[in-house]
Parts: sequence; C-alpha cells; structure tokens
Amino acid sequence: MPHIFAPLTLEIIVLILGVFLLLAESLAKSGDRSWMGRWGVAVLAIVFGWSFFTTGDSGSVFYSADSTALFFKRIALLSTIGILVMALEFQTVLQRFIPGDGKGSGTGEFFALPVFTCAGLMFMASAIDFLLIFVALELSTISFYILVAYMRRQNASLEAGVKYLILGALGTGFLVYGITWVFGLTGETQLARIAQALPLQLAPGGRLHGSETAILFAVGLLLVALGFKVAAAPFQLWVPDVYQGAPTPVTAFLSVGSKAAGFIVLLRVLEPFVSQPVLGPKLVGILNVLAILSLAYGSLAALPQDNLKRLLAYSSIGHAGYLLVSLASLNPAAPDFAGATRTIGFYLVGYLLMTLLAFLVLTIVSSQSRGDDIAHFNGLSKRSPFLAFAMVVAMASLAGIPLTVGFYGKFMVFSAAVAAQKFLLVGIGIVSVAAGFYFYFRVIAAMFWREPGEQSPVVVSGLSKLAVATLVAGILLLGIFPGPVLNSIKVRNEPATASLR
Amino acid sequence: MLNLLLFLPLLAATAIGFGSPARKTAIAASFGMLATALALLFQYDRGNPGFQFVSSVSVLPAWDLKYLLAADGLSLLLLLLTAAVTLSAVWVSPTDPVRPRLFYASLLLISAGAVGAFASQDLFFFYAFHELALIPTFLLLGIWGTGERHTAAWKITIYLAVGSFILLIGLVDLYHALPSEFRTFDMIKLQKLATQQVIPAAAQARPYLFLLVGFGILVSLFPFHTWAPDAYASAPTPAAMLHAGVLKKFGLYGLIRVAIPLLPAGAEHWAWLLLILLVGNVLYVGLVTIAQKRLDQLLGFSSVMHMGYIFLGIAAANSIGLSGACLLMFAHGLSIAALFALCGYLRSLKPGLSLDGFGGLGRTAPFLGATFGLAAFASIGLPGFGNFASEMLVFFGAFKPAAPAGSQLPFQIATGCAIWGVVISAVYMLRAYRSVFLGPVTLPPTEETKAWAAAALQRLRLPLVLLLGLLLYAGFVPGNLLAFVKPSIEAMLPR
Repeated sequence: MPHIFAPLTLEIIVLILGVFLLLAESLAKSGDRSWMGRWGVAVLAIVFGWSFFTTGDSGSVFYSADSTALFFKRIALLSTIGILVMALEFQTVLQRFIPGDGKGSGTGEFFALPVFTCAGLMFMASAIDFLLIFVALELSTISFYILVAYMRRQNASLEAGVKYLILGALGTGFLVYGITWVFGLTGETQLARIAQALPLQLAPGGRLHGSETAILFAVGLLLVALGFKVAAAPFQLWVPDVYQGAPTPVTAFLSVGSKAAGFIVLLRVLEPFVSQPVLGPKLVGILNVLAILSLAYGSLAALPQDNLKRLLAYSSIGHAGYLLVSLASLNPAAPDFAGATRTIGFYLVGYLLMTLLAFLVLTIVSSQSRGDDIAHFNGLSKRSPFLAFAMVVAMASLAGIPLTVGFYGKFMVFSAAVAAQKFLLVGIGIVSVAAGFYFYFRVIAAMFWREPGEQSPVVVSGLSKLAVATLVAGILLLGIFPGPVLNSIKVRNEPATASLR
Repeated sequence: MLNLLLFLPLLAATAIGFGSPARKTAIAASFGMLATALALLFQYDRGNPGFQFVSSVSVLPAWDLKYLLAADGLSLLLLLLTAAVTLSAVWVSPTDPVRPRLFYASLLLISAGAVGAFASQDLFFFYAFHELALIPTFLLLGIWGTGERHTAAWKITIYLAVGSFILLIGLVDLYHALPSEFRTFDMIKLQKLATQQVIPAAAQARPYLFLLVGFGILVSLFPFHTWAPDAYASAPTPAAMLHAGVLKKFGLYGLIRVAIPLLPAGAEHWAWLLLILLVGNVLYVGLVTIAQKRLDQLLGFSSVMHMGYIFLGIAAANSIGLSGACLLMFAHGLSIAALFALCGYLRSLKPGLSLDGFGGLGRTAPFLGATFGLAAFASIGLPGFGNFASEMLVFFGAFKPAAPAGSQLPFQIATGCAIWGVVISAVYMLRAYRSVFLGPVTLPPTEETKAWAAAALQRLRLPLVLLLGLLLYAGFVPGNLLAFVKPSIEAMLPR
C-alpha cells in the first residue's frame, strides 16, 4: 500500500522538482535564474531529511529499498545539493560561454538537469534488476551529456561533450551487450533470481556446467561498462579531457555522483557472480588488475599536471583504484560483501565531502581568478585565509592524513588488503600514496609558499561560506568520530555493529 | 592533566588563528606545558610501573577504538622533553617573522602532535597525532626556511609520508597477526598481551619488518636518512629543534613501545639487519659528518648519526639497553635542540654558516662559546651529561643482549663499532668548536658584533639554561630518571 513515507516518494519528489524547474525555465521571463538553484537546494535538503523517515519495502522485484540503497541515495542527494551550490557560484562564468542576455537567462537548465541526474542516481542505488539498472543509468548519463557540453561557446566544453557522448554510448553498448549475455545464459534479469539460479546451473549436470568462460565474458562486459562509470583504468581514457573541459560543477558531479552510483551497482551486480566458487577467484583476479592499473595510472599520471581540474581527474581515477582495492581484497571462498559495502560506502562519503570541498573552493577561486591552474591558487592564504584553510583540509583528506575522513577510508581499504594478504596491492598503494602526497601538497605549496598574482581578496557569498564550513566540519568530525556514518551502513543479514575486516 | 598538556598547544594555536597575539600566546602556552609536564612528573607514583593519569573516550566501540590518554615513566620522560624543547623553540623564535600567526601556530601544532603521540595509548591516535605535524613542518620549511628550502620540504614530506604509510601497514598487519579474540588498538591492553606472548613466533617477522622500516624512515635509520640533514639544515631554527629534538623520537618510542614488546621473535629474526643498519648510522654517517663544511649540515648529520646508538639499545632488547635508549632519547633531544638553537643564532651573524667563516668568536661572545662547548661535550658523550650515562647503559645492554647466548657475537661487534662512534663525534664536534670559537679572530669585534653577542644573552639564556640544566641533571643523577623509565620498560618486556 503506497503511503507518503514509502521509499519511492523520494524519487518522485525529485523528479517533480526537476520537471518544475524545467517548466519554470521555459515559462518564466528572462532574467536572473539563481532563485532556481536556491529552490533546488531547499527541496533536495527536505528530501534528504525525509529519507530518514522512509519506512517499508517497495515489494517490487525491480526496486529495493534496503538501507544500503537509502544510504547511497543520501550520497546522491548530498552531492546534488553541493553541485547546485557550486552552480550558483559558477553562474558568472557560465554566462560568458552561453548565448543569452548575460543576466542569467538560459542558465535554468543548468539547475534542472542535475536534479534529473540525481533522480537517475537514486534509482541506480535501488536497482536490483538489470532493466532498471539500465534505465536509471541512462537517465543520469543523458543528463550528463548535456551538462558536460553546456558551455557551448567554449571549445573545451564542446570537445568534452563529444568525447563523453561517444565513449558514454560505447559504455552503454557494453552494458546492454553484457546484460543480453547474462539474460541469454541464465534466463533472468533479476539479480536475486540470478543468484538463486547460478549455483544450480553451474553444478554438474546444470545447463551452464562447463560454460564458465561465457559467464566470465558476460561479467567482463558489465565490468567494462561500470569501469567506465566509476572512472577505473583501463576505461579511464575519457576522464582527463572531460573533467577538464566540463563546467566545474559538472566535473564535481561526475567525479562524486557517477562514481558512487557506479560502485553500488558494481557491488550489487558482482555479488551473485563472485559468490560462485568457479567464478570468484577469476573475477577477484580481474578486479585486482583493475585496482592496480587505476592506482598506478591515477597517481603517477597526476604528478606532472598543472591544471587543478585535470589533476583532480587523475585523482578521481586513483580513488577509484583505492575503492577497487577493497573489492579486490574479497576472499573468493567467503566473499564478505557486507564488509566491502561498508568500506566503500564510508569511503564514498568521505570522498564526497573532500571532493565537493575541493571543487567548491576551485569554483570560487577560478571564477575570480579566471583560470583553474594550480598557479591560480598562488598566495591564496593571503587573499582568503578561510578558503586556503578549507583547501588544506580538502587536500589533507584526499592525501589521507589522519584526523580527516580520507584517512579512515584509506585505512579500511588497506586493512582489508592486509587481511587478505594482498601485498602487491599494498606495494602499489605505497607508491600511489607517496605520489598523492606530492600532487595534493603542490596545491598547499602554491597557496602558502608563493606570492599571490593579484592582491584582491577573494569574495565568498554567504551560502558558499556556509557550504564550505559545513564540508570542513564534516571532514574533520568524521575524521575523528566515524561511528555515526559507519554504523548507519547496515547491510542485509548482518548484525548492526561493524567489525574491522 | 594529560589532556591539559595536549590541549594547551592546540587551543593556543586555534586562538592564534583567531587573532590572539602570536608570540605572547605561544610563550604562555609553552610555559603552561612545561609546568604541566613537571606537575605530572611529581604526581607520578613511581611505585606503580603501570599507566597512570588514564582518561578515555570511546570513539568506535566496534573496533575498540578509543581516544585514550595515559602515561607511564617512559611517556612522561618524553613529555618533559617535548615541553622543554617547545618552550626553548618558541623562545628562540624570531619576534617578528613574516606572517607570525602561521609561524607560531605551526610550531604549536608540531608540539601538540608530539605530545599526542607520546601520551596516546591507542595505536590509532598514537599514529594520527604524529601525522598532525606533517603539514606544519611542510609550511615552516617552505615559507621560513633558508637555502634549498623547497627541495628540503618536499623531501621530508614525501619521506615521512612513505614512512608513515609503511608504518600504518605494519600496524594493521600487527593487528591482524593478533588472534581474533585479542584484536584491539588499546596499547594498555596490548602491553598486557605482550607479557603473555599471544602472537605465534612465525607470524612476527613480517609485521616487525614493516614496523622497523616504517619507524626507521621516520627516525632517519641508515639508508633512509637522507631527508634529515637537508631538512634540518634549511629548516627555521625552532622547527629544526622540535623536529630533531622531539618529533624524530616518535619512531624510536614506537619501536620500544609497540614493536619490541609485542614482536620479540620478529625483532630477533631481523636483529642482523638492524645491527648492520645502525652501524651504518654510526660509522658511515659519522664519517660523512666529519666531511661537512657547514655547521647546520654538520649538526643535521650528527643527529642522524646519534640515532645509531639509540637503535643499538633497541636492538639489545633487554631492560638495560632499552632504558639506556630511552634516557638517550631524552638527552639527545635536549643536546641537539641546544645546538640547533645556537646554530640558528650564529646564522643571524653569518648566514652561510661555513665553518671556516668564523674563528675566535669565543672572545667576542663568551656566553655563546661556553654554552656551545657544553652542548658539544654533551653531544660527544662526555661524563657529566645525560648522554654519557645513557650511552654507557646502551653499550652495556648491547654487549649482553636479550638474544640467546649463542648469537650474541654480532651484537658485541656492533657495540665495538658503535664505541668508535664516540671518537668520531669527538673529532667533528671539537673541530666545529675550535673553528668557530677558538683560534685567531677573523671577525673584527665591531660595535655591531658586540651588540649581537650581547643580545645573545637575552635571547638564548632561558632556553640554554633550561636545556643544559636538564642535561646536567640527567648526567649527574641519572638514577632519578631511570627510576621512572626502568620499571615501565620492565613492565612491558615479556617475562
């Protein structure tokens, strides 16, 4: 019986908000559109609060409302709120690169589309059937196609849009092909039914006995598509150019929202397959390779970057690598998906906070310094000590310094790797941590060691100040007391307390 | 009380960030720290070798993760060292550096990191507090350093980051090596487990190696030492004092507190490696020190070299050797801080600090000459200073180490080599003393130089009296300090 606190209500409100914003953009008179952003922030904040009161299950075979899904929905909501705040800061830059009257007309979709993406990400968090996974993924991806190319008078943005469109379509192709293979082999699209059917079909005498290669091929196709979504190497080719060319808030959204949703889908899709004794070791082996490549590529290629957006793009690949380490450390004999979900969930919360903070500061600084190179941060500690401090916190957390949330994430990931005796992964981890210290600290060095290029103080609006302060507080508080978030990731069939893997 | 000691510098740094006068706040906070540390020493019950002043806040019950402060004799000695060096470092800091707030706040954060690391008895926070010093060090070197400061800042940051990450892997590996019913981060519980030896000997070698390399990089164990001399030579004086004097002791403290008690079989397994490396510290780095032409680099290398003795005490892994190592950590911290304070003051006269650029300075600045002489004698290890007493203990301990009777020869050879280190130190320290303070006067005693020498008294008297006084105390009555350390060491060693 549907009621007002039913799980699906959240997505419905978000979709209504998106439609409303779109209509408002087309019907309202030309002029300032920032009220749309503020409305979006307010409504999404209400939905976020609402998510704590949802009860009951959907009873649907497509859509799960378990607490993991809710947790990832909150990540999607929070990142969208952050993106809208950033988009408000970004308006001045945006107007330079779109046709319009220069007073804000034409920027409305820039607030409406992230809301649709958010709905797509929320559906992905709940999807337990390949069909819904596909539809939800496309909902978010198609909104992203437009958002990436939004600044249509800037070549870099258009280039990024084309690259993302072509490679995104390719990724979608892999996904559909993979789903088709899985359906053809098992006769199912529901993950739960696949999990039930696989052991029987793989057993001697079952119809899939001896066709492990075919299943591995199918899962491999899915891994390609999802690897594209989470920006894991070797499917990362699009990342640097798209991240650098896209409008900064969209870059942040790609890096946080897309990755989070990709990982929840990855977790759900992998579980039935990794749990099969004949498939598990091979799949974990593949994940190992992906993790090593992402860690090494993400951190080493970031070393020579001078553009902060591009640097954060490589860092996003590196963080996908850290997240994959926790999947690669699964023990195929008894895969602890509950523990992996908790590690990944917590890591993503931390990643959300620190990445949003970094991009928010970047948006503010670059819209006033007219550029997003590391050099534009020179002497920021003199121009705005507040923003410089916030950026130090963000960079420290990305580098994984203790007493910030980034450290706990890294700690849990490598604790899993040590427990699984994956010392090759640990070794690569040492290299990538060292590299990470170098490129994240370059930003700190620019802000504190160098003299500012221009002396004018950086102006921060009230809403952004609040957002920055909240993110800093979140990073530091969760860096000392991770309990509230960690314990809120309750996983099915598992006691409420979290033990360290 | 321990909370007070930890939060004084933290709160003072925050207050400075919000606009309180930088130098005054920092000095007040560090006086408060010294008073608190002394009060803790007096309140400590020496009859009870266990942890005292325990205060605990649960952070994550599922992992048994706590914010847990407590101190035994060993921690207290290092806390006293931290407080004394902090006060000296803040005192000798320039009165009006560029961007004074950032400068003093960074110093206080380094100090808070050291206090937190020595007072936390939870592995997680023990580790976390040490890392608190990373960014302030990076800023202090990069903004206020001299010479190749940017290179040095990158070098120290990357080295320490890699060292701490390897250390983290070692701690996690140690955690997983514990039987699952005993797994905890609580170092007080771990110390009890250590006396029961719950980790099977075969599982100890790998975590110990990780810990040895991780801690070793942080302490500039040969051949991971190259960051230290560069960093100390280009760091601003107070940063060099805090880092060489206090923060570097974290790695040694960690080996004594965590690695040796919990993983004795691992320590025995890798003793040969540690012995080779520490001889490298004493002899190789010692000879490199002799070749130095500049005072700041000479002191930087000498501080790396002296780590070798402390490692020798740790390698011995018996109560005498470990107690000697702890006492030497204290004495070395004081003497190197005094030497860096003097070196920093000399830099204000001749920025290059080239050893042949001075000469006969003792006549113009007798106070500097006398105190430098005392600190140099202490550093060589002459009787009367804490260094002598503790080096003796280390040598005695290492000559009859905890290792079984058949395998003691390598230790005795290493001890023999290390004793030659004393001669090496005497060569370079006395040479430095002679070329700076004795011999023909190369700098004419102008009005300017005289004023400079007179100002030394006001700037350096308090820190040097404090540091040298504590050194003499440790040298004349080492028993008083040993009474704190030795029972605590014995309580953690396996019986």
